[in-house]
Amino acid sequence: MQKNGPIALIFHILVLTFVLAPLVIICLVAFTPENTLSLPTTGLSLRWFTAVFAHPDFVASFWNSIWLATLSATLAVMFAVPAGLAISRYTFPGRDFLNALFLSPLIIPHLVLGVAFLRLFALIGATGSFSWLVATHIVIVTPYVLRLVLAALSGLDRSAEQAARTLGAGEWTAFRRITAPMILPGITGGWLLAFINSFDELTMSIFVTSPATVTLPVRMYMYATESIDPMMAAVSALMIAITALAMLVLDRAFGLDRILVGQR
Amino acid sequence: MTPRSPTSSAPWLLAGPGALFFIGLVLLPLALTVILSFHAYDHSSGIQNTFTLSHYVTVLTDGYYLEIFWRTLRIAALTTIICAAIGVPEAYILSRMRDPWRSVFLLVIIGPLLVSVVVRTFGWSMLLGSQGLVNQALQLLGFAPARILYTETAIVIALVHVMLPFMVIPVWTALQKLDPMVEAAAWTLGASHFTALRRVVMPQVTLGMLSGSLIVFGLSASAFAVPALLGGRRLKMAATLVYDEYLQELNWPLGATIAIIVLVANLCIMLAYNRMIEARARRTLG
Repeated sequence: MQKNGPIALIFHILVLTFVLAPLVIICLVAFTPENTLSLPTTGLSLRWFTAVFAHPDFVASFWNSIWLATLSATLAVMFAVPAGLAISRYTFPGRDFLNALFLSPLIIPHLVLGVAFLRLFALIGATGSFSWLVATHIVIVTPYVLRLVLAALSGLDRSAEQAARTLGAGEWTAFRRITAPMILPGITGGWLLAFINSFDELTMSIFVTSPATVTLPVRMYMYATESIDPMMAAVSALMIAITALAMLVLDRAFGLDRILVGQR
Repeated sequence: MTPRSPTSSAPWLLAGPGALFFIGLVLLPLALTVILSFHAYDHSSGIQNTFTLSHYVTVLTDGYYLEIFWRTLRIAALTTIICAAIGVPEAYILSRMRDPWRSVFLLVIIGPLLVSVVVRTFGWSMLLGSQGLVNQALQLLGFAPARILYTETAIVIALVHVMLPFMVIPVWTALQKLDPMVEAAAWTLGASHFTALRRVVMPQVTLGMLSGSLIVFGLSASAFAVPALLGGRRLKMAATLVYDEYLQELNWPLGATIAIIVLVANLCIMLAYNRMIEARARRTLG
C-alpha cells in the first residue's frame, strides 16, 4: 500500500472542506439568536428550531413526506422483488425490455417525468391526489430497489433452495423460507435507499404536488424563494441530522459504500 | 439452474403487475407529453385541438431559447470537467488510504448524496452571498468583494458540489478492480511513478471517469434546484425554463416541447457516449 504525499493530503483536505462547507454553515447558522442569516456570535439559541415546530406548514409537509416515502418505498419493494425474480431467473421474450422499462426512471430526467405526470393527471382529473403522488414516487424509487434485489439474487447460492424443493417444499414455501431471508439485506437496503430518495425528491414533486400534498423539499424550496430567515437553516439542519442518522443505520447494517457504490 | 421452459407464464405473473404499472405511468405519460407538444396554444383560450409544429420551430430558432440551451450545455460541460478534475484525483487518494480512514472519508465524500439538493443549495447561497463567508474571506485577503450569487459561477460551484459523488463512485469502483501490486510491479520493472500512473492506473481510471462524466453531464443539464435558487430570475437553464412555462406562463405545449427536447438530447448524448465508452473499453481491456 502506497502512502499519499503531502500535496495529495492538502488536496484531500481542500476537497473535504469544499464538500462539508455548505453543510457546516447551515448547522451553525441554525443556532443563531439573530433575526437574519448570520453566524451565531453572541450566543447559541434554539429559537429557530422551536419556530419550525410551531410552523404548521412545515410540520404538515414533514409528515406528508414521511408517509409518502414509507408508502412508496414499501410498494416499490412489492413491485421490485417479483420483477427481480422474473428478470434474474427466467429467460423469456421481452425480458430486456422489462429490465430497461423498470430502470428507465434513472435515465429520464425527473423534470421530464414531472411534466409527463402533470399531463396525465390533468387528463384523468387526478391532480392534487395523495395516492397518485405516491404512484409517481413508486416510479422514481423502484429502480433503486430493483438494482439491489438483482445484485442480491445474482450473488445467491441456489443449492439451499434446490434442497428445499427436493425435500418437497412448494415454490412459494421455498421462496418464503429460503430465498427471501437470503436476499433480505438487499431488500432492506433497497427500501432505505428508496425511502431517502423519495424523501429528498424535489424536481418531479414540484409539478405534481398540490397545496394539500406539498412535500418537505417542495415546501423548503417555496420558502427559500420567498423569505430569507434562519428558519430555513433550522429545517435544513434537521434534514441533515435525519439523513446523517439514516446513513449511520445504513452503514452499521449493510455498509453504506456497498449500497451506494454497488456490490462487487 | 433448474431448467425452465421459455413459454412458462411464471415470469409474466411475477413481473406483470409492475410492468403494467410502469407502462401506465412512464410510457403513457411520456407519449401524452409528446402529443401535447404538437398541440396549438392560444394565450386567451389555452390548449387548442389543432396540431402544429410551431412550438418546435419557435424553440429551435428563437434566440431567447437558444441562449438558454447554450447556457445549459456550457454549464453542464464545465461542471463535468471540474468534477473530473476534482473527483478523479480524490478517488485515487482515497484508494491509497488505510482502512479506518478510507471508509470514513469515502462516507464523507459520497454521503452528501443523501442530503436533499435544496438543503445543499441553500448552504451555498449563504456561503456565496454578498455578506457570505466566501466574500468575507476575499475581503480579509485584500480582494474587492465579488458578486458571486446569481451568476453562472455560483451555479457551477453548487452543481460541482451536488455532482461530485457521481464522479467519485465510478472512478473508485474502477480503482477497486485494480490490483495495487500491478502498480508496484511497474516500479520494480523500472517505471517511474509518473509512467506507472500513466500506463497502469490511468487506463482503468479513464473508464470510470467516462461513465461518471455521463451521469454528471446528464444530471447537470436537467438540474432544477440549483439554477432556480442560485441563478436568480434572469439566469435560466433548461429545467427552470420548463418550470416557468408550465407554472407561470401556463403555456403547457411550449413547456412540453422544451421538456421533450431535453429528453431527446439527453438520450442521444448518452447513446453516443456509451458507444464511445464501449469502443474504448474494448481497445484498452482487450
